[in-house]
Amino acid sequence: MKIAVCIKQVPGKFKIEIDPQSGALTKSGTDSMINPFDQNALEEALRLKEKHGGKVSAVSMGPAQAAESLREAIALGADEAILLSDPAFEGSDTWATAHVLSLGMKKLGPPDLIICGRQSLDGETGQVGPELAEMLGLPFVSSVSRIEEVGEGSMRMQRMAEEGHHVVEMQLPGAISVVKEINVPRLPSLRGLMQAKKAAITVWNGQELGADPARVGSQGSPLRTVRVTQPQRSAQREMLQGSPESQVDEVVEKLRQSRIL
Amino acid sequence: MEYFLSEQQQTLKGLARKIAEQRILPVRAELDEKEEFPGDLIREMAASDLLRIFIPEEYEGLGGGSLDLCLVIEELSRVCGGVAICYGANALGALPVIGYGSDEQKKKYLPDVASGKRLTAFAVTEATAGSDAANIRTTAVRSDGYYVLNGTKQFITNAGEAEIYSVVVMTDPAKGSRGASALIVEKGTPGFSFGKKEKKMGIRTSSTRELVFRDCRVPEGNLIGREGQGFIIAIRTLDRSRPGVAAQALGIAQGALEAAVEYARQRVQFGHPISAIQAVQHLLADMATEVEAARALIYATARTIDAGAKGFAEEAAMAKVFASDMAMRVTTNAVQILGGAGYMRDYPVEKMMRDAKITQIYEGTNQVVRNTIALEVLKRKALRE
Repeated sequence: MKIAVCIKQVPGKFKIEIDPQSGALTKSGTDSMINPFDQNALEEALRLKEKHGGKVSAVSMGPAQAAESLREAIALGADEAILLSDPAFEGSDTWATAHVLSLGMKKLGPPDLIICGRQSLDGETGQVGPELAEMLGLPFVSSVSRIEEVGEGSMRMQRMAEEGHHVVEMQLPGAISVVKEINVPRLPSLRGLMQAKKAAITVWNGQELGADPARVGSQGSPLRTVRVTQPQRSAQREMLQGSPESQVDEVVEKLRQSRIL
Repeated sequence: MEYFLSEQQQTLKGLARKIAEQRILPVRAELDEKEEFPGDLIREMAASDLLRIFIPEEYEGLGGGSLDLCLVIEELSRVCGGVAICYGANALGALPVIGYGSDEQKKKYLPDVASGKRLTAFAVTEATAGSDAANIRTTAVRSDGYYVLNGTKQFITNAGEAEIYSVVVMTDPAKGSRGASALIVEKGTPGFSFGKKEKKMGIRTSSTRELVFRDCRVPEGNLIGREGQGFIIAIRTLDRSRPGVAAQALGIAQGALEAAVEYARQRVQFGHPISAIQAVQHLLADMATEVEAARALIYATARTIDAGAKGFAEEAAMAKVFASDMAMRVTTNAVQILGGAGYMRDYPVEKMMRDAKITQIYEGTNQVVRNTIALEVLKRKALRE
């Protein structure tokens, strides 16, 4: 079974601030790590491989330093890692990102299964997975919490729903996104870590992917962030006077006025 | 301080820290409270190769030395001294086989130790024999290709959980310490059972039980080294393992220091954090200095061993005594800095203080280990005269 896992590198400890000039989010991070949901995606891929055999490829679109997260994926057991990296990809929204990833998947040779995390820790849109599946013409099941069975050309799984879960069967090749409830990701082994230090990370740029410059980066991104603002936080204090009974009445009235009650 | 660790050692230390913080930290209080053996954690460490590091490469290990082992024990102990000793005692139990076992014994046992499939334990102590190892009463009488064991070992770490036991017994009681031998006894051997689980002050997650032998027949081939070599195997094994106990003490102290620093910065009294009070600052300064001094001594000792030094009993003893006494002082001061909170089990430092105490006691009480140091010091002087 050929499995591709989409991985995003996210800041490990990060502070989100809003640039007062541009109104843009500035995400400054010290450490970086594999997006937690993508760790679950990778773990599930490794478990499927251990059970059914096959190959796990970790794929990431990002700057050169995202290779570190791919190295981590190799330390955990991924067979190969591919970084889709080009200065032209900078500023890609979810649509442009999914487009680049779809080109990567085509170049990689179509996998039987693509596993994504449900959403990223920093962007939290949850859109790249389904968009990628759509672009590749693959069926997609989101929020998978358990893979029940993988058969010839299909798989059955549970997806989380508001109350309880759905049992869904999907044809393969296909794509899924997973939630953190699906597994507890393993920790790397010392041998894996040492091996990963030496492992070669394949890098494909826009040209190698045959990307149309108009469809990637900020140019290829239909999404425009017009403005981001921070909610004003204000606190007011008012001391009530009078008997306890009248104070209670007044509190209830004020809570009603503020539509809290 | 820069200790110039190799790339692999830095990776190993980072990995051990990750396991400690991600997996051990969330459960350490519960493990202590329930006195449960951390079997799942040990399996996870095995999957991460941590049980492989001290096994020679030819037996599916990674061939790491004393420093590698110390780094892991230190990082585990920084979070939980109890889980760390379950790990450390497993290395201890394998040491007699690594150092003195036959190739056949190594082939039979060490790959399983490396993979974590089977845990080990080391057994010397008895009701009448601890520091006085010559007073061992458990006997092994040779008969028809077997040794028949009778007696009871006491306070054995990992007892019941381990599958492979390196046991020091008397094969010739008349010869005293020269009549001791080391044998491998497997769990499940008829006549081999476990006594009650001890209720301890600290390191409560670890299993401490008796090994009871009643006409327990062990194949002759399980003799480690030669007959009569048991006492020397025990002494050399402890020389080799004492830096590990020292590293355990070091890690516990490091954890306590960090907890004390964090608390001192948060706790506000008289309008400012108590870290602004010089009396507290000086306590922290002494704690940090002592922790670093112990680390330097332990790493230097481990490197001496890894460089292939013939004798290192003195260095190992110094590391163990210094680090464990230091850990007791540092953890006690951490509790002091946390004050009333420190005395409560909701905060981690009282456990660290309880865990630290054992490091002054096991693998030789600090009093008897000081004898080893004094003996070497005096011997050197005598040789010069």
